[in-house]
Amino acid sequence: MTKDLWSLTGVVVVAVVTFLLGFVGSRRANTTPDFLVARRAVPSTRNAAAISGEYLSAASFLGVAGLVLKDGIDALWYPIGFTAGYLALMLFVAAPLRRSGAYTLPDFAEARLGSAGLRHVCTFFVVCIGVLYLVPQLQSAGLTLNTITGLPAWLGGAVVTAIVVINVLGGGMRAITLVQAFQYWGKLFAIAAPTFILFTVFLAGPNTGAQRIDDGGLLRFTKDITFTTSEPVRVQVPEGMNLEVDGVVNGTAVDGMVLWNKGLYTLGAETTLSVRAGTAVPVVDGAPNTNESWLKPQQNGLSGLFETYSLIFATFLGTMGLPHVLVRFYTNPDGTAARRTALHVLYLLGLFYIFPTVLGVVSRQFLPQLLVTGKTDAAVLMLPNTMMPNLGGQILGAIVAAGAFAAFLSTSSGLVVSVAGVVSTDILPGKVRDFRWATVLTGAVAIGLALVLPRGDASLTVAMSFALAASTFCPMLVLGIWWRGLTWVGAVCGLVAGGGLVILSQITTVISSYTGHWAPSVASQPALVTVPVAFITMIVVSKGTSRRRPDDVSQILLRLHAPDPLGFIRDRDVARFGSVEERARLDAKHRGAGPYRPLA
Amino acid sequence: MGSGPPGQPDQPQPGERDAWLAVSGRKQRRRRVVLADSKGRGRAMRTIIELEEQTSVGEKLVRDLINTQLRTAFLLGAGTLLVLCAMPALFLWVPAVSEVQLAGVRLPWIMLALLPFPAFYGIGYWFRRTAERHERDFVNMVDR
Repeated sequence: MTKDLWSLTGVVVVAVVTFLLGFVGSRRANTTPDFLVARRAVPSTRNAAAISGEYLSAASFLGVAGLVLKDGIDALWYPIGFTAGYLALMLFVAAPLRRSGAYTLPDFAEARLGSAGLRHVCTFFVVCIGVLYLVPQLQSAGLTLNTITGLPAWLGGAVVTAIVVINVLGGGMRAITLVQAFQYWGKLFAIAAPTFILFTVFLAGPNTGAQRIDDGGLLRFTKDITFTTSEPVRVQVPEGMNLEVDGVVNGTAVDGMVLWNKGLYTLGAETTLSVRAGTAVPVVDGAPNTNESWLKPQQNGLSGLFETYSLIFATFLGTMGLPHVLVRFYTNPDGTAARRTALHVLYLLGLFYIFPTVLGVVSRQFLPQLLVTGKTDAAVLMLPNTMMPNLGGQILGAIVAAGAFAAFLSTSSGLVVSVAGVVSTDILPGKVRDFRWATVLTGAVAIGLALVLPRGDASLTVAMSFALAASTFCPMLVLGIWWRGLTWVGAVCGLVAGGGLVILSQITTVISSYTGHWAPSVASQPALVTVPVAFITMIVVSKGTSRRRPDDVSQILLRLHAPDPLGFIRDRDVARFGSVEERARLDAKHRGAGPYRPLA
Repeated sequence: MGSGPPGQPDQPQPGERDAWLAVSGRKQRRRRVVLADSKGRGRAMRTIIELEEQTSVGEKLVRDLINTQLRTAFLLGAGTLLVLCAMPALFLWVPAVSEVQLAGVRLPWIMLALLPFPAFYGIGYWFRRTAERHERDFVNMVDR
């Protein structure tokens, strides 16, 4: 109970600080530009911290260490891709996107290609990606809170939704900027401090139950242990073993000592296993089962190479298509600041991702039972108490729990703001009141779906959002910014082709996972195919419909690329929602710094 | 032109007066721009107007800027992607790399867990400098 109390305190502290910062941030937020883009006055260092805070979701905070624990070195491509995505975003998108003056992704599409129909298609995909990303956040929030404090699982999601919605109601983007920036540094501390301490413990005590990681053989339990599966799981037993089982194995109820031979076994939910020290660890089907294959890269031949390439593609190009990431770049004052923000993000993310890797490696020594249950996401949360069963471990555990909770909060708030911004300006009239209604609506739909839908693998859903973003918005942005020839017909066809293929492949994967794993690996990692398809579709259809090219394409490209001092930026949110004076000021600024513009 | 009542030929009609005021108003505005000429701003203004109105000169300037920026971004992006994609292929076809150890840590772990992040920052830093230099050159050319 005291352990619960420590963790609960950590979570409550994060919740209270989040509330207070949100309140401070939203005191002077009262116009639509405040709510949508924080009045475009966020300095680049703070914006970078906010972007990193928003981006480092549970999939990064908990998931990366879990993947390293399970898949070994090949899992390192996730943090690499997550970071490289910002490099691509910086190279191709950041500055021109900010200079477009758009306030949402659909608004950019309309500004560039002049079609309301395209705008609606974009709205659909933004809401799709947003919800796809949000639902697993809320579900894992519930599960995490359940793991660390014992509260019921629905409560965690509900608490996160409530905090986020109330914060966003108060000040939209203004409210969450400060919150997310704070949460980045909070999360960095919450992962760095345990890593330093636990790694020292690991190095200092060779007899704490660790085995040499480069032992060429099988991974073995280092002490007698009893554990319970939470969901049905298929494991691969590497060699004959004796163990005590209470539950369901291969569809039949078992209770007592059993002998397992080498092969595949299916365990039911709530099955309890007791194993002796020295037994080889059975691992989830699909994960490497020897230390050798865990330690060395690319042990799966050509299909493994294809999966790695597809992952690199999806993350490298997908980041620039994530609406909740892009919306933060609209809050910078100008294009140069947006570019500097992206550069700063590269540094902040690189700093963070060192730590989960170390924790993942260390946890393989201490938490082999997670390889059986497949719940490797819990590794970071369980490691402090397993390695240091004393007060220090409890406090470290509380810090980690608080960090995980901060991860759920910051990512969810960014997603809610971006979806609410799109819903309020594209479906509702776009006043502040509409933004608030859209926020409540988004929160309600998300928590409803999170409670109703079965809990999928969080990393799978996140991977799908990346593939979807890489196959829809990435080609539209890159071609729209750099190529005069893009037409709205081409953009729509490309969005539908790329997005449709990704959705289709995911449906195939889900069906195949229920009916015997027959789908090829391209279905679970489709980006390597769908991204080129989307690009080619957009180019070919645009060439065929070249008379639909907007007449003012040259002016638009000039605005996207002209250096900031020339003053071509024209903020579309002020033009649409600003007060009379603000609009007049915008005109004056535009005319004063830029060219004389006849009344048009 | 003969629309005014006889005896008051110089009095403009209300409509004409408005038109005249509008013209003079515009003239005043234009004069303010010209006054800023003391630092050679007038030529800059003309070039900016050329850019905005996409005369052949302006169009060429903008196209050149876009092409330069795209070339830089594309070279850096494609280079990064190529190096990233070369690594798994290297591990697959030259397994000996996995046996090399540096300070007790195997080489692939160093190559994947540590090196990419400073490299990304370095590439980003280089791009920021290059892109901002291109933009400065463009402004200088316009603002000569």
